[in-house]
Amino acid sequence: MQNHDVEALIQRMVDGLRQRIDAGELRDPLMVGIHTGGVWVAERLHAALDLSEPLGKLNIAFYRDDFTHIGLHPQVSPSNLPFDVEGRDVILVDDVLQTGRTIRAAMNELFDFGRPAHVVLAVLCDRPGRELPIQADVIGERITLEAHEQIVLHGPEPLRITIEQKASEE
Amino acid sequence: MSNAMNKAYFAQGQDMDHLRPPEGCRPGVDCESWIIRGARVLDPASGLDTITDVFIDKAGIVGVGQAPAGFATDNVLDAAGLWLIPGVIDSWARLREPGQEHKATVESEARAATASGITTVCVPPDTDPVIDTPAVVRLIKRRAQLAGGARVMSIGALTQDLAGKRLAEMVDLKEAGCVAVTNILRPVESLAIMRRALEYAATFGILVIVQPQDPSLAHKGCAHEGAVASRLGLPGIPVAAETAAMAQVLALVEETGARVHFANLSSASAVRLLERAIDDGLPVTGGVSAHQLFLSEMDTDAFDPNTHVIPPLRTLRDRDALREGVASGAISVIHSDHQPHEGDAKAAPFPEAEPGISTLETLLPLTLRLVEDGVLPLHDALQRVTSGPAQLLGLKAGGIAAGLRADLCLFDPEAAWTLDADSMLSRGRNTPFHGWDFNGQVTHSWVAGRLVFRRAGQP
Amino acid sequence: MAVVFVRPKIPKLAPDPWAIQFDGEGRLKHLLTIEGLGPDWITRILDTAESFLSVTGREVKKVPLLRGRTVVNLFFESSTRTRTTFELAAKRLSADVLNLNISTSAATKGESLLDTLRNIEAMQADMFVVRHAASGAAHFIARHVAPHVSVLNAGDGRHAHPTQALLDVFTIRKMKGDFTPLRVAIVGDILHSRVARSQIHALNTLNTGEVRVIAPRTLLPAQVEKLGVRVFHDMREGLRDVDVIIMLRLQRERMEGALLPSEDEFFCLYGLTPEKLAWAKPDAIVMHPGPANRGVEIDSEVADGPQSVILQQVSNGIAVRMAVMSLCMGGREE
Repeated sequence: MQNHDVEALIQRMVDGLRQRIDAGELRDPLMVGIHTGGVWVAERLHAALDLSEPLGKLNIAFYRDDFTHIGLHPQVSPSNLPFDVEGRDVILVDDVLQTGRTIRAAMNELFDFGRPAHVVLAVLCDRPGRELPIQADVIGERITLEAHEQIVLHGPEPLRITIEQKASEE
Repeated sequence: MSNAMNKAYFAQGQDMDHLRPPEGCRPGVDCESWIIRGARVLDPASGLDTITDVFIDKAGIVGVGQAPAGFATDNVLDAAGLWLIPGVIDSWARLREPGQEHKATVESEARAATASGITTVCVPPDTDPVIDTPAVVRLIKRRAQLAGGARVMSIGALTQDLAGKRLAEMVDLKEAGCVAVTNILRPVESLAIMRRALEYAATFGILVIVQPQDPSLAHKGCAHEGAVASRLGLPGIPVAAETAAMAQVLALVEETGARVHFANLSSASAVRLLERAIDDGLPVTGGVSAHQLFLSEMDTDAFDPNTHVIPPLRTLRDRDALREGVASGAISVIHSDHQPHEGDAKAAPFPEAEPGISTLETLLPLTLRLVEDGVLPLHDALQRVTSGPAQLLGLKAGGIAAGLRADLCLFDPEAAWTLDADSMLSRGRNTPFHGWDFNGQVTHSWVAGRLVFRRAGQP
Repeated sequence: MAVVFVRPKIPKLAPDPWAIQFDGEGRLKHLLTIEGLGPDWITRILDTAESFLSVTGREVKKVPLLRGRTVVNLFFESSTRTRTTFELAAKRLSADVLNLNISTSAATKGESLLDTLRNIEAMQADMFVVRHAASGAAHFIARHVAPHVSVLNAGDGRHAHPTQALLDVFTIRKMKGDFTPLRVAIVGDILHSRVARSQIHALNTLNTGEVRVIAPRTLLPAQVEKLGVRVFHDMREGLRDVDVIIMLRLQRERMEGALLPSEDEFFCLYGLTPEKLAWAKPDAIVMHPGPANRGVEIDSEVADGPQSVILQQVSNGIAVRMAVMSLCMGGREE
């Protein structure tokens, strides 16, 4: 049973990102968190990396690909990018990467705001189960789970991970 | 009531000899004879209510309880457990022919009528051409005879072409067989003309039927002006449209002494006006549609075009007052206001749908439902659709007694059935009563002594 | 100050004729009227509209929610303004839009409403936005369309204009927050107004403190109090302590049919001027569903003044319509 020490995972992500910044791969990057868990993680990273621009937040509700099956999801805060994306390097942050569909939606939405020069993906947890060709560049930890288990990030303070059984399909 | 009274109240009005079978009627070939055995015979006119036999020959009733000497026939019907009632007389029903055969025809509706116990139907004059000449009266009569179903009587126009300007040839119309005259809902150009029309009709003892509705107050309305129409945003017809028009005609009746029947009433206020006028001794009577005794504005809430009728369905209080009027006898006649429509006419948003519902097949069931609901006793209910209209229109029918025409129907009071719009016999399926359950159904109908309807599965 | 008014009980018409608005799983399928929506659904629509507001504030004002879907604007009563806002809302959701302006004269040339519907269905529409002069038209269309098609009522006769009412309560919510202590006055031609009827339903459903109508008797429907409103004929009385004033448009034709003697007398008694506005609360807001007849029901100074939120209503209207369209058309594929 892995010990999910979130603080340690965050630190690993901060180290990974700082490496890329120092190597010149990311110049004065913007950071964008995906609601809701990705925003909590991004807030920590943003503070630790001391980025120049404020944190951007994406609510991907309007870009999901399951609209025709499930309809509009209950609303959380609307998207807010308090900067111009055009030509900039962007760090996209989420809590869990599994199928890749959330990232696909987030990128579509991001590109509706403008055309970034470079996008890297930083995730707290990476688990197998891709349905799209999407990979993270910076990872807190890799986790393997049964199909019926899911990772839940609790927050915003303190940040805590639990493994829970998936609710059965209605 | 004795036989003498029977004869007395039939003395005035129409002679229906022209509808008797021709001379030289051959028994068993052109006309039929029957023995109806052991039915509960209900005759509201005489108060008769007993289990007995009825004997029919040559278009007439020749005996009640006792066969005439030497009478014999092979047509014997065992009617134990069934009711024998006079055939229903529907005093206000449109058959759509001539002129609107795409909606219905005399043939289709006359058949639907007899299957529902109706043996006489009176059609208002708004056919095309209008019933303002004897030729149209004869045309309708011929169609009815060919159809072989219910007897069809015409109600003639009060004014030529129903235009409200010049008097129609009322005497000609009466002699051709019209039972009354009316201008239906079309306006008469002025009160002065209405007064003259009433005076002329009164001269010759012709009944004038008035459907009271002031055109300017009813202007473009399609529902009762009240809380439901306000919520639904439907243009309303206020009660005053009916009562103001009625009050005007009552004033003219007082002036002229003309006999007027107010048909198709819809409001409590109209019932009060009618009662007061009758108390004052004015020669007026009132009629109501069966559906007005059951439905109200509450039934229009889903914009069901099958509840779009003129006059509109009003409040529950109006419905209750109409029921009380029927119970007390102030309203002496229940009619159907049958208006069959083709599907397209009702397949439109409520205000644009043509008004009117198909009600032949629910006239008797709804009238008897009043008895179940405790509104009035069985004999009185039957009277409102048999001897009541017969007396109003001067018809020698609507009763069961020797010497009267054999217009009868047998009724099974135990038969439970549900109205299914898709299997209605009328060409018009536009009914808001789809799915209603009824107790009791007609099994046989005779018109002029001939069996014109027998329900499938009956002897 | 506590609100004392007790709203009269609105009689329930059974069975629920508005259940047709929902599919078998309780999801919103048609929006025909505010009746039958309930406070939860209204709140959900308003919350969804809130998110769409942020979209309309962006550079790229589109989201791909309705990409591949076709919305048909079926306007039997012409109205460029309303049709344009629906078109804009649909396009911002990336839907394809077809505009069909069917004048009533074409209809009288013999093609029935039902025939028109059948012809259009062949164009594979997913949603009809319908405006028609007959009350109940949207309900009729909803009963006759193919099973996958949603119907959005853009105004049927005098009966309902639900999206207008929704954007109005959305605006009130943004400006005032909680509905329970509010007094809202609707002024003008209530008799002919589908907007007023829908607003009254929406405000009552959201538990508004008091809903008032202010008009002469000729412009009020029969038994209007049964809709759940308090009736005033005097503007000064009616505006006292009011938080929201909704002015309705007075059409020129009302002078015919003997409903009013003249526009001048109406303006004198009921037109909203700065002087009359002062009878309401000092922070009262002024609303109008548009287009405003300046000098007839409202003075230009008020319409353009600091208490007017008329322009916000317009921009809120697009977000609300986007919300309704997404809620009706989402989540029904098996």
